Amino acid sequence: MLYFPRWKTYLIIAVCVLGTILSLPNFLSRETLAALPDWYAGTRVNLGLDLRGGSHLLLEVDMNAVIHDRVEGLVDSARTQLRTANIGYTAINAGDRGITVQLRDPAQADDAVKALRPLANTIGGGALGGGQPDLDIRANGGTVTATLSEVAMRDRATQAIEQSIEIVRRRIDETGVNEPIIARQGNDRILVQLPGVEDPDRIKRLLGTTAKMTFRLVDMNADPTTGRAPPGSEVLPSTEGGRNQQSYVVRKKVEVDGANLKNATAGTNPQTGEWVVNFEFDSVGARRFADVTRANVSRPFAIVLDNKVISAPVIREPITGGRGQISGSFTAAGANDLAVLLRAGALPAPLKVIEERTVGPDLGADSIRAGLMSVTVGFVLVCAYMLAAYGLFGAFACFALLINIVLTLAALSMLHATLTLPGIAGILLSLGLSVDANILINERIREETKKGRGVFGAMEAGFSRAYSTIVDSNLTTVIKMALLFIFGTGAIKGFAVTITFGILISMFTATVLVRLMMVSWLRQSRPAALPV
Amino acid sequence: MFRLRLVPDNTNIQFMRGRYAGLILSALLSLASIALFFYPGLNYGIDFRGGIVIEARTPQAADFASLRHTLGQLNMGQVALQEFGSPQDVLIRLERQPGDDAAQQVAADKVRATLAKEIPGTTVRRVEAVGASVSGELFYNGMLSLGLAMVAMLVYIWFRFEWQFGFGAVVTLLLDVTKIVGFYAITGLQFNLTAIAAILTIMGYSINDKVVVYDRMRENLRIYKKMPLRELIDRSINETLNRTLGTSMCTLLSIIPLAIFGGEALQDFGIVLIFGIFLATSSSIFIAAPILLFLGENRLRRGAPAAEGAQQPAPTP
Repeated sequence: MLYFPRWKTYLIIAVCVLGTILSLPNFLSRETLAALPDWYAGTRVNLGLDLRGGSHLLLEVDMNAVIHDRVEGLVDSARTQLRTANIGYTAINAGDRGITVQLRDPAQADDAVKALRPLANTIGGGALGGGQPDLDIRANGGTVTATLSEVAMRDRATQAIEQSIEIVRRRIDETGVNEPIIARQGNDRILVQLPGVEDPDRIKRLLGTTAKMTFRLVDMNADPTTGRAPPGSEVLPSTEGGRNQQSYVVRKKVEVDGANLKNATAGTNPQTGEWVVNFEFDSVGARRFADVTRANVSRPFAIVLDNKVISAPVIREPITGGRGQISGSFTAAGANDLAVLLRAGALPAPLKVIEERTVGPDLGADSIRAGLMSVTVGFVLVCAYMLAAYGLFGAFACFALLINIVLTLAALSMLHATLTLPGIAGILLSLGLSVDANILINERIREETKKGRGVFGAMEAGFSRAYSTIVDSNLTTVIKMALLFIFGTGAIKGFAVTITFGILISMFTATVLVRLMMVSWLRQSRPAALPV
Repeated sequence: MFRLRLVPDNTNIQFMRGRYAGLILSALLSLASIALFFYPGLNYGIDFRGGIVIEARTPQAADFASLRHTLGQLNMGQVALQEFGSPQDVLIRLERQPGDDAAQQVAADKVRATLAKEIPGTTVRRVEAVGASVSGELFYNGMLSLGLAMVAMLVYIWFRFEWQFGFGAVVTLLLDVTKIVGFYAITGLQFNLTAIAAILTIMGYSINDKVVVYDRMRENLRIYKKMPLRELIDRSINETLNRTLGTSMCTLLSIIPLAIFGGEALQDFGIVLIFGIFLATSSSIFIAAPILLFLGENRLRRGAPAAEGAQQPAPTP
């Protein structure tokens, strides 16, 4: 135990020096870092949102709305299918997971099933087929039901969340937030972390808007003030407020869809100075837009966003260039936000913010200061005790403790782990826990010395006897922290990470490194008694 | 040469004399803690109950009366205001708002807007708003990790030591954990995710301590084959006393700055850990060791044939 081959000595020193070098970029100023090569300057600890300031949002995709949309779609298509197949029905009802059709003539049940079969989409399978339909269609007397299968629901949900993440990413990118983290969490959630964002209001508003835009004709035959709409039309509120009408009766048929937009930008109308949003369609959209405007000159055309009419300008002439303008008494910010939403595209389902944690940058800076202060004071106190209790061997332990902090920092930097405020608490706590190894060893050496062993014998026995205890006690801590890491959330994970690293590294610093120092000292000074 | 010793070297305290007192006191405290858990109960933080916490810094010393009045007018249930750090720093806590998860967001935004309007120059330093479904899951996961940690410890000790040690360690842990919960109930400290981390940390620390004492007992069981178990346990505790107290001291020293400088989030954590260190240190001596004594030495020495024929006094009084 006491003999160190030369290569081992060098290896131990090399690890310490390398660790110190790797942890250095954390302490250098921005200017110095800029002069260093990227791979080196980049090995820094990521500061968590609670230290650097920023906003953490947890969003939930409204899966009911996703399924509801599909069911609504089924009702519409079922109506068309049955009509073309000349099958009479008394009612089509939308349920939670499917539709129920009441046939006028039960004898037509088989035909109805056949007619509804094309409504099913195929999911799974590859180019050679092998997928399965997402609808389970059954007839029971005069009642035909089409139910979405379990697999279909899951498939829908997966699609919806993946699409949502993509749209969320695009919207956030548009706002210019640096290094956002956008990740799926569980089945229906999206985690969004926005460093440096102090007031996430605007982003919350952007993400909370579905931004489903449609262009539809206004039903000129109905009076919106009655609040009733003829079949095929619906009454929609207007966003314009007092200036114009409160609501419009709008045809349900979508003439042009927002999905066909290619670009949208905010600008001002040179004549009125009003804020407007300029948009541009892709080729399909442009063709449709041209057709509709050509056929409906001098009729109002409603621009509908999330079931609210933004404006309903009268078509003065056919618009064939695929470009248009929305003016809806916008503010500058309103026009910009709408442009962002249109560029990024519509969400497949509404998103809800279900958790927000925001920390201002000055609180983050305060926390860093408090953390550094705590670690420094803690380190000094622990070292003072070790020196008072064990003299020179205590000093060895203190040096090992310092190297422990440095190596922990180096490990976190290399893994680009995130350091949180609880993480700093973890570093502090691991100070106390890792000197435990040295206390065990020193106490053991002391006991062995009292039993009358010589200098080398006592050292030998002290290390070997204490070692199994050290391994035991550290392993239990590591098991706990692994559990905390798996089941903990957010900042708490940081606590588990730093403490685990601290403990694992202490197995090297507090035993191997300290042993090397003690042995070297023994060889050099050849003392008659150990200073414990 | 001066050396700081927390206890003199040849200390020989007969801890096992206090075995009944220790166990009974501990059991009573734990029972009281369980009672406190049900009434008045824990002060659950927003992690587990949902709700809103806003930390604001006002330009001048905060006027709590007017602030309470202004926020009270928003009709958002009970508003708790708390000063911390400096007179300008206010912690605003709102109960979980009725409605779905999104209702918390709406309420938080409303408070933000009101603060900006009523006290210009106020900076909102921190906002946390947690809905019911999230808080429910956080609570479930927190409890799950506590339960699993308990099982993992049991399995580990069981493999590593004889079953008597495992049993002793787990009973001690249960007694420890209930008392920490009781501590939360008495002090009214926020019981949140940090509390789970604190409990896990104390559990880990407590087990650490037991492992060291048990290790020594096992070693002594091999060395002193004829020594009565009671004497042997006392001897083991005394031998490791300097280490036990030394490590407790060091951990304490590293935690104290946290309780002083840690800010709102870590202060509570530091305070609970300080309590936990005292708890874990005393339970190693007064709980874990007596349990081992009660479980009997015959069984612990079954594997050592040399002790078979030796006269052994009954392990019970």
